[in-house]
Amino acid sequence: MTINQDEIEKIAELARIRIDKDQIGELTQRITEILGMVDQLQAVDTSAVTPMANPLDATARLRADVITETNQRDAFQAIAPAVENGLYLVPKVID
Amino acid sequence: MHTKSVANLIQGLQQKEFSSEELTRCYLERIAAHNGLLNAYITVDEDGALAVARAADDVLAKGNAGPLTGIPIAHKDIFCTAGLRTSCGSRMLDNFVPPYDATMIKRFNSAGTVTLGKTNMDEFAMGSSNENSYYGPALNPWDTSLVPGGSSGGSAAAVAAGLAPAATGTDTGGSIRQPAAFCGLTGLKPTYGRVSRLGMVAFASSLDQAGPMAHSAEDCALLLNIMAGHDPLDSTSSEHATEDYCVQLGTSLQGLRIGLPREYFKDGLDAQTGTLIKAALAELEKLGATLVDISLPHSSLTIPAYYVIAPAEASTNLSRFDGVRYGHRCENPTDLHDLYTRTREEGFGDEVKRRILVGTYALSAGYYDAYYKKAQQVRRLIKQDFMDAFEQVDVIAGPTTPGPAFPLGSKSDDPIAMYLEDVYTLAVNLAGLPGMSVPAGFVDNKPIGLQLIGKHFDESRLLNVAHQYQQQTPWHQQYPGIMTGGPA
Repeated sequence: MTINQDEIEKIAELARIRIDKDQIGELTQRITEILGMVDQLQAVDTSAVTPMANPLDATARLRADVITETNQRDAFQAIAPAVENGLYLVPKVID
Repeated sequence: MHTKSVANLIQGLQQKEFSSEELTRCYLERIAAHNGLLNAYITVDEDGALAVARAADDVLAKGNAGPLTGIPIAHKDIFCTAGLRTSCGSRMLDNFVPPYDATMIKRFNSAGTVTLGKTNMDEFAMGSSNENSYYGPALNPWDTSLVPGGSSGGSAAAVAAGLAPAATGTDTGGSIRQPAAFCGLTGLKPTYGRVSRLGMVAFASSLDQAGPMAHSAEDCALLLNIMAGHDPLDSTSSEHATEDYCVQLGTSLQGLRIGLPREYFKDGLDAQTGTLIKAALAELEKLGATLVDISLPHSSLTIPAYYVIAPAEASTNLSRFDGVRYGHRCENPTDLHDLYTRTREEGFGDEVKRRILVGTYALSAGYYDAYYKKAQQVRRLIKQDFMDAFEQVDVIAGPTTPGPAFPLGSKSDDPIAMYLEDVYTLAVNLAGLPGMSVPAGFVDNKPIGLQLIGKHFDESRLLNVAHQYQQQTPWHQQYPGIMTGGPA
């Protein structure tokens, strides 16, 4: 599997990571190498194999739908880059 | 004091040979003297450590101390510590002071251990050399031109150099075992789900597991006794019963069947390392174990399967770092998109970016079946190999790494060469099994490790095999010059 620079730019956009123009060539090459190594998987017949998401085949436990946490907004917002009146601040989204 | 095992330090504290404060000061002085060179700690908590040590001394004086009360330890900088910066080796979390403790940290704090500080690591635990740390690499105390291994390289360097008697680490693909091997330590990755992941910064959630790193198997057992247990706040935490991991240490190895996977003794293994591993196996045979030839036929697929699954999970886990609620935020974002993309460009290092992009690709529309689903299917085949082998044997043994520690810079420009370092350790995480590395000798003064792999939840057996081996061999009690020559 090869991957071209346009595809890398598209993935970087999906992952919300800005990539500097002069780094995209090397990054494309590195990721092509990694995907080339990963392609060994395609040689294995897995048609009868159930995918394994958890090594113990465990499923996520559910708990009773009751409130167990107390409000810690002030503690959490104390470490935020920008807050005002108890709200997180981000650049304007809607004009 | 700093060359004593945790087991001996416990005795010393309980018999009042020294106080926890004296012990803590001893380690803080050693950190002050040597951390400038080794870069093993990212953050040292001198005031916090001394306060906890004094409180531990009060508890010890009253006679109601627990087994580890007053014992100083170091924590990998991946575990959230309330009020103490938790960077995860990343610029993204350089300013992050968690408002809460990881469950594992809570358990250590309740046990009365003294946190000396937070240890260096590859950024977000992605790496095998510690060179991916935003804070620069930790160095190997045996030879500072060598890497200490990774990602828990700072924990390994700290313990090997006597800057802590024991430390915690995490292991997603070998990140406890490989640095333990490179630094001459004993390290245990428990069964998936044995130690809570709550408050442990997530890399690959179906693989991540925390464990102890120390000089001896006995010390690892003492730490695991604190760490292991069910956590209702971690949805993948196991409800399997825990046990006292020290109880089986003295059990004889008579009749133990040890499987040797033939795939682990092939071309990629350094010849001198192979000779030492065979000598270690002969030692286990002398102790009454039987060596059995086994095969793990899908071994060659562990690296490709891992490098789909781990990046895929990483890409989702690391999507939370958006510059809004905590962590790094770029200067003067023009709009929300600019805030996200520039924050993540600046906050993440090269290897983390590569893995996020590979994972995003593997999960994207049109490629999910070919990559992620395929890797999960191969993962089941890899696990089944182990299940089949454990029908015939009690424990599996082989090398931890293909060779000893390598020079700084020698692989840092070649991701795939770096990935190959973990060829023997990745499968254990994919299968969710417990695995250990035990010091097994030296190649040109560089330590190497014997890997032991157990059945799910068979940590006691692994610790037993390692402890029995350590009763007959001197390797875990060999120390680098910085340990023996520094200020006492």
